[in-house]
Amino acid sequence: MPEPAIHVADLRKTFSVPVREGGVVAALRSLVRRQHHEVQAVSGVSFDIEPGEVVGFLGPNGAGKTTTLKMLSGLLYPTSGEVRVLGHVPSKREAAYLRQITMVMGNRNQLQWDLPALDSYELLRAIYRLHPDDFRKIRDEFIELLDLGDLVRKPVRNLSLGERMKVETAAALLHRPQVLFLDEPTIGLDVTMQKRIRSFVAEYNHRYGATVLLTSHYMADVQALCKRVIVIHHGRLLFDGELATLAADFGADKTIAVTLKEGAPEQVDFAPYGEVLGSDDGKVSIRVGRGRAPDVAARLLHDLPVADLTIEDPPIEDVIESVFLGASADASERTPEPAATR
Amino acid sequence: MTAAPPRLVSPVRGLFDVYVQEAKIAIAQQIQYRAANYMYMLGMVAEPVIYLVVWQTVAAQQGGSVAGITAGQFAAYYIVWTLVRNINIVFTPYGWEERIREGQLSAQLLRPLFPIVEDLGFFLGWKPVVVLLWLPIAFFLALVFHPVLNPSPLAVAVFAVSLLGAYLIRSLNQSSLGLITFWTTRVGPVFQLYIAAELLLSGRLVPMQLMPDWVQTIANLLPFQWTFGFPIEALVGNLSTEQLLGGLLAQLFWIAVGSILVRVVWRFAVRRYSAVAG
Repeated sequence: MPEPAIHVADLRKTFSVPVREGGVVAALRSLVRRQHHEVQAVSGVSFDIEPGEVVGFLGPNGAGKTTTLKMLSGLLYPTSGEVRVLGHVPSKREAAYLRQITMVMGNRNQLQWDLPALDSYELLRAIYRLHPDDFRKIRDEFIELLDLGDLVRKPVRNLSLGERMKVETAAALLHRPQVLFLDEPTIGLDVTMQKRIRSFVAEYNHRYGATVLLTSHYMADVQALCKRVIVIHHGRLLFDGELATLAADFGADKTIAVTLKEGAPEQVDFAPYGEVLGSDDGKVSIRVGRGRAPDVAARLLHDLPVADLTIEDPPIEDVIESVFLGASADASERTPEPAATR
Repeated sequence: MTAAPPRLVSPVRGLFDVYVQEAKIAIAQQIQYRAANYMYMLGMVAEPVIYLVVWQTVAAQQGGSVAGITAGQFAAYYIVWTLVRNINIVFTPYGWEERIREGQLSAQLLRPLFPIVEDLGFFLGWKPVVVLLWLPIAFFLALVFHPVLNPSPLAVAVFAVSLLGAYLIRSLNQSSLGLITFWTTRVGPVFQLYIAAELLLSGRLVPMQLMPDWVQTIANLLPFQWTFGFPIEALVGNLSTEQLLGGLLAQLFWIAVGSILVRVVWRFAVRRYSAVAG
């Protein structure tokens, strides 16, 4: 059986953060006795990712996503646990490893600000020791795929955020890495630009069989790219499985949308059927428990002159939120939550 | 579906490419900000001109020379100083401080190249432009202060090589200092201490032969004089062949020491990146 592209076992990262009260007295006291607070950013996370998989890595701010990605890319030393990516131990930061990975951080800039991106691309060619012919082929392919056109000939400082993100993304992949760590790659971009970056990542994965681990607060990114998601919260793994299963496991409710044939829906009392979420253009949305949905739908059809009725899963954002809320409730009760693993 | 990975060039060619590309980028940036750079360079000339005027005045009051150095030789010393100083501009500990504190180092750490190699290449790339910009300034200073120097061809050759040596020693030393930021977050006070030592022990403030013997003895044990005094003296100081070649060997020694130091400090420092980076 082939080795997974990414293997993580019981990964932990603890930061020691200096703390002190505000004010001059506390400042003076800290001169002789500095106090530190231990922050567990990642607490025993384990997962494997197979070559070619695209996995969404989800969690609220401060969940430990970026810390985990930084440990996987070799930027941070783990406090304990095992990490292997493409057979390498990332923290050794071997050149052979760094040549096979990339990390795109949506808010970071690695291109020369005053110069056209083409100049930075040439520097990256040299740094990654790429053969000039292969480099030109890859560069031109990316320019076409990302529709960069003349953008690469303008000083980077003259580009819009979206344009800059496109040229940055191309720069991060010029060495054709096998593993992509994408940390909020579409943050701050408009919908069109988000779609463009998404489709590029999908195409890159398809063409080169690259493994992708993606964090994003835009669920559209995750839904478009990832069949599998890993959810972490407070540094712990909460869920690892198919995105569709996540909705089934954690989406405790369904939404029934009803449109009546005749009569204004305001004249009907929907409260006995479930929680009325609202009505829009004659369509009423009712939230019901997942298990009750078929019965409620049957009753609606029997009791009322229904023109249209649909039963939908809640939006994935709501599902993820319910996962986090559940985890927070568990944490507050100090009971270890069982992770739903694959 | 997977595709064959791109072919790689040899490590030596790769490193050469890095220096060439860094130089191109540095030159492009220099040209883009040429006016600002020239102002910066002119501002830098103020320091040696003050030293020069003071020493020429002292020499005039002492019958034409101080410890055997004539007014014309002082002029030569401090005009060559301006070139050495500009060649000696390197990536400072303040740059490291900003880079580490702001988390900018992440992008460099993700690349298969020691970050200091990139810095060396980039600042080296400035130098041809620096020399071009320096020439009119040197011409003007020569018109005003009348330097006297008669270097041999060997002295000129050693001077040229020693400029590179001085640049490397100062780069490596300041990189090691900059890495202290991994522990302290701020490096300013330590760097100021370094600059104070450099001023006194390198020939930057005063030619070393004007310093007391005990200062010269201390200076002989430290790298500073090989970054200022030696390159200048090589061109203007009538050094013997032994002194010229011995100076280059001393520079080689301090380059080796600096390389080892920066590597060792780096190994420990980079493990602490988590504590200060975003």
